Amino acid sequence: MKLTFAHMGHLYIPIGALFRHLGLEVVLPPPSSKRTLSLGCQNSPEFACLPLKVNVGNYIEAIERGADTIVMAGGIGPCRFGFYGEVEREILQGLGYEFTMFIIDPPQGKIGPLLKQLGSLVGPVKPRDVIYALRLCWEKVTGIDRLNRLAVKVRPREVTRGETTRTMTDILAEVDRAETIDATRAAVNRGLSRLAGIPQRQDGPPPPRVGLVGEIYVVLEPFVNLEVETRLGELGCEVERSIYLSDWIRRHVIGDIFRILRPDPLLSLARPYLGHFVGGHGLDTVAHTVEYARRGFDGVIQVMPFTCMPEIVAESILPRVSKELGIPVMTLVFDEHSSDVGVITRLEAFTDLIMQRRVRLGEIGECAVTSV
Amino acid sequence: MDMQAHGVDLYMTVGIPRALLYYYYYPMWATFFKELGADVVVSRETNKGLLDQGVRLAVDEACMPVKVFFGHVASLLDSADRIFVPRLVSVERRAFICPKFMGLPDMIRAAMPADGRLIDPCIDLSKNEREFHSEIMRTGSIFTRSRVAIHKAYQKSKVVLRRFKDLLVAGNMPESAISLSLAGHDGAYEGYTGEFGEVAAANQDAILSGPDDTISVGILGHPYLIYDSYASMSILSRLRDAGCRVITCDMLPDEVVEKEAQNLPRWLFWTLGRRILGAAFHFLHSRSVDGCLHITAFGCGLDSIVGELIEREAKRSGDIPLMSITLDEHTGEAGVVTRVEAFMDMLRRRKSA
Ligand code: SF4
Ligand code: SF4
Repeated sequence: MKLTFAHMGHLYIPIGALFRHLGLEVVLPPPSSKRTLSLGCQNSPEFACLPLKVNVGNYIEAIERGADTIVMAGGIGPCRFGFYGEVEREILQGLGYEFTMFIIDPPQGKIGPLLKQLGSLVGPVKPRDVIYALRLCWEKVTGIDRLNRLAVKVRPREVTRGETTRTMTDILAEVDRAETIDATRAAVNRGLSRLAGIPQRQDGPPPPRVGLVGEIYVVLEPFVNLEVETRLGELGCEVERSIYLSDWIRRHVIGDIFRILRPDPLLSLARPYLGHFVGGHGLDTVAHTVEYARRGFDGVIQVMPFTCMPEIVAESILPRVSKELGIPVMTLVFDEHSSDVGVITRLEAFTDLIMQRRVRLGEIGECAVTSV
Repeated sequence: MDMQAHGVDLYMTVGIPRALLYYYYYPMWATFFKELGADVVVSRETNKGLLDQGVRLAVDEACMPVKVFFGHVASLLDSADRIFVPRLVSVERRAFICPKFMGLPDMIRAAMPADGRLIDPCIDLSKNEREFHSEIMRTGSIFTRSRVAIHKAYQKSKVVLRRFKDLLVAGNMPESAISLSLAGHDGAYEGYTGEFGEVAAANQDAILSGPDDTISVGILGHPYLIYDSYASMSILSRLRDAGCRVITCDMLPDEVVEKEAQNLPRWLFWTLGRRILGAAFHFLHSRSVDGCLHITAFGCGLDSIVGELIEREAKRSGDIPLMSITLDEHTGEAGVVTRVEAFMDMLRRRKSA
């Protein structure tokens, strides 16, 4: 069995490690590229959302490399994601590929069916090995998140443009290669000090802070969001992402297994503007925008795939949040035709705007607000 | 606006937008509000002005049905005291309508000056009915303090809904089913004995038994798209004028639809999606129609998934032609008419061959 799964940002590092340590052979799809995208678009329904199309491209390229088993998450609605697996299976079967697909459903408070599903995928393994594999995976997830959180602080201050990004690529490769928990920790710590050691400018005002919100796949996948995080950083902004994998796993996977029922802090933040979960990350987008406004951020950027239902709800509401809380908000919608040039132009305009706003706020006080 | 304080002789006008699930629930909603002493007004039929207004108010990315809805709500701002914009999460267990329906009242409030004017109960039957009942009580309490009155109004509205659904399955289009179901509003429906159910049953034989000499076309699509003649460029009446029998997915009984939808390996968690897919599978498998027409909204998330599953099934089962037409506010009428006519010609040729 040669197992594969679709790309989503750096997810391949922890998930790859998890499966390898469970004794499975993993065949990763090559990094997403123009070819991936065009394979995906050719073979997916025209109006499917972008993540599905890139998934399909990833699977095809992984199968070309010899993968024969696909692992994919399932879902129970309300958004399309819950049906991705079924449609993807149909598409690949229609293309004549031979493969097995495992669609892993969310546990919804019952761990039994999940373990059974995983058991049939993994086969007999010692509980000790399972625990080690899970710990290693978690170590990588949290390590990568720590590195990222530092990188976004260093990038706007770096003296040599691009150095942070180059260093990160290096560090992540090292984290990926680490085969044990200790080696992972060491790689992460080395990485943190390497990032801290990057020459940074010390003078001048602190960089403006920009929150990045939106649909999880687009937020986490630089190939699809056309490197929005890096570009903003290199335009001099300190970016805070609303979604880090470790937070997400804590809330959704662990929370879902144990049915941790506590009032959702996001819901209470969003409540004046959006009073209900709307699938995907729509509620998170509104809640985090409110949070960033309260924390005095200079702006918020929402990223989403074209036709993304939950984010369209959020997009409809953000102008109100922007106006009432006085924080500039810009929405970027991505599809297979999105171009670097378009995104760069809009990001430059946005950073100009928030820089000007800063100057103005500094001059004429708190009550002057702008919205986009 | 506290009407309660003035007693019952001051009527409150409740506006109901003629859009989205109006086509499935209007008789129920109208009955509920009328029973509580409100005047009910419905926005006029969709026209260019309404749609243009909706396009201006909604974000570009929204699908046309949502833009149409925005237009209808805006048109009621002047004519109604309150506007009914429910948060429609779910109307059955384990299933939803669409993420956009879950945020509707908030989207409306962000787009137009509707604060404090909306009646926006959260309708969520996906888990338990308890909370749903407290939402009904909360909504009713806008009009009266009497819980008994609210309960009665709700019970009546349920009877009317049953009557309306039977009328749909009996082959009526929603607008006529709406007026028939509301006819005799003054208590007549309390005695509703299910007579339309019998008509429906009789009619089912005709619908389920399959084509005769007339060309019959199975129509798949969201009610707010296929029955809104402006939004759908009158495709249904064009078909009928050309002598076709039109069978929409809403004319099939629930059991048929559910049974067919179970052919999927996974529970399809969208109520409307299941109806469309179940109806499509029924048409394809029973060959009870000469062709299927899927009318979809550009950018609709459900349609992109459900449409793909239907198309693959149509290819597999082979002999019922399926055409899909995607509509948005920029779609040109001429192109749609040409495609519909070509489709009908093709069905005619096949039939006479
Ligand atoms: S959240 Fe958006 S991108 Fe994800 S499945 Fe739903 S519509 Fe598609
Ligand atoms: S189901 Fe489709 S057409 Fe209806 S509101 Fe949702 S996205 Fe729009």
